[in-house]
Amino acid sequence: MNEILLRSLTPSVLGILVRRGADFAAAEDAVQDALVKAVHVWPADPPRDPKGWLVTVAWHRFLDATRADTARRRREDLLDEEPAPGPAPAVDDTLQLYFLCAHPSLTPSSAVALTLRAVGGLTTRQIAQAYLVPEATMAQRISRAKRTVSGVRFDQPGDVATVLRVLYLVFNEGYSGDVDLAAEAIRLTRQLAAAIDHPEVAGLLALMLLHHARRAARTAPDGSLVTLAEQDRGRWDTESIAEGVEILQAALTRDRLGEFQAQAAIAALHADAPTAGETDWVQIVEWYDELALLTDSPVVWLNRAVAVGEADGPRAGLAALAALDDSLPRHTAVAAYLHECDGDLATAARLYAEAAHQAPNLAERDHLTRRAARLNARRCR
Amino acid sequence: MAKYLLLKHYRGAPAAVNDVPMDRWTPEEISAHVQYMNDFAARLEETGEFVDSKALAPGGMFVRYDGEGRPPITDGPFAETKDLIAGWMVIDVDSYERAIELAGELSAAPGAGGKPIHEWLEVRPFLTHSPTVTECSLK
Repeated sequence: MNEILLRSLTPSVLGILVRRGADFAAAEDAVQDALVKAVHVWPADPPRDPKGWLVTVAWHRFLDATRADTARRRREDLLDEEPAPGPAPAVDDTLQLYFLCAHPSLTPSSAVALTLRAVGGLTTRQIAQAYLVPEATMAQRISRAKRTVSGVRFDQPGDVATVLRVLYLVFNEGYSGDVDLAAEAIRLTRQLAAAIDHPEVAGLLALMLLHHARRAARTAPDGSLVTLAEQDRGRWDTESIAEGVEILQAALTRDRLGEFQAQAAIAALHADAPTAGETDWVQIVEWYDELALLTDSPVVWLNRAVAVGEADGPRAGLAALAALDDSLPRHTAVAAYLHECDGDLATAARLYAEAAHQAPNLAERDHLTRRAARLNARRCR
Repeated sequence: MAKYLLLKHYRGAPAAVNDVPMDRWTPEEISAHVQYMNDFAARLEETGEFVDSKALAPGGMFVRYDGEGRPPITDGPFAETKDLIAGWMVIDVDSYERAIELAGELSAAPGAGGKPIHEWLEVRPFLTHSPTVTECSLK
């Protein structure tokens, strides 16, 4: 049985239940039950109409749960066994689910968890494993999230930007447990791109594909980080790059630039260079300028300083860096790199060591420590 | 979405405001303290922020490798070790501010006289995995 195919049916099945009048939280539980049942039943007895099977099973689960609930409360509301389908949806159900699960009233971590379950069809256990928290904690996070959005009308239009933020967070989480979150984020963004025609959705999809293409080259066999300049470009996934570039180019012709398209353009320029030395840094600086106009994020300015250093020389990069707040994360690491390029190895080694202490993750810390150690060894020789 | 360790010390942290050792509390005060800790963990599970909580026995050994074919060397326990960890809680929260807020609440656990201990807890961020997008991550 194809688990991805099964999970891809999640949003439309859930949408149908909600259209029939089920409340979102109960419908979501019912669909999750139906998915679990499908995993057990389908291998031996595959249905002819998988989606119809899921709708029927989920609807019965919903009715059973509602009846139990009703009995508890000693109420006798009658429910139709198989109601007529609700009014034809004005907006695509799948799209509405994305909006609901990324609703601005949710915290980022709850939006992520709810999206992975209600749109992605992952189980609570899988999501808990991916985020390295106990299953009970993840179950509570999801049920709280459902309570938070319970008052939101399903047909309310949402903001694509909030959905994109959530998908970006999922993508950046990478890989842990038995779920490949980066691949799942790509799948969900692809599905979103099919539901809505929006250049930034395309931009995010392109960005993900371009970064995902380099994944195999990003880490050495021992798990250490390989910088972009040192990566074996032969190990980049050219198919993924080609698809990303094509999607990006189509989006850019719409002339509605956004931050994800700009980020993807930078990633595409890196992907386009046969060797690190042939990278078109001048154009990359121009894209960072665009990006800075769109977001004014200090992180963008920091990365721009690196690009300026490559395009116009390390002194120019250091001048650009001097204008920025030195408390920014990775500011010290960037300074170390630019000083190294400038030939000031003593300063670079000291700054690399300092940056290693501030590194937010293990791979980066080890990488910066190695850079410092290498420069120190060279200077002592 | 970041994990933090809330570290509780037997020794090594600055003195608490209500700094009466636990063996001088009444049994009821001890029960109230334990209850507070359990309730706190249960509440964090309910908010979807709880990861783990463990207590450590105070007596411990230092151990080190002593060369090929030789048993490891042990030393201690040392009564005067400067820093002694009593236990920890791991939380998974949306922000640094939330981690500080929760540590503050945990530090309010009742001690002698049923009053908050105001003990100093150490808050340490976990090192994370490296993000997929590195050249231009927007955070």
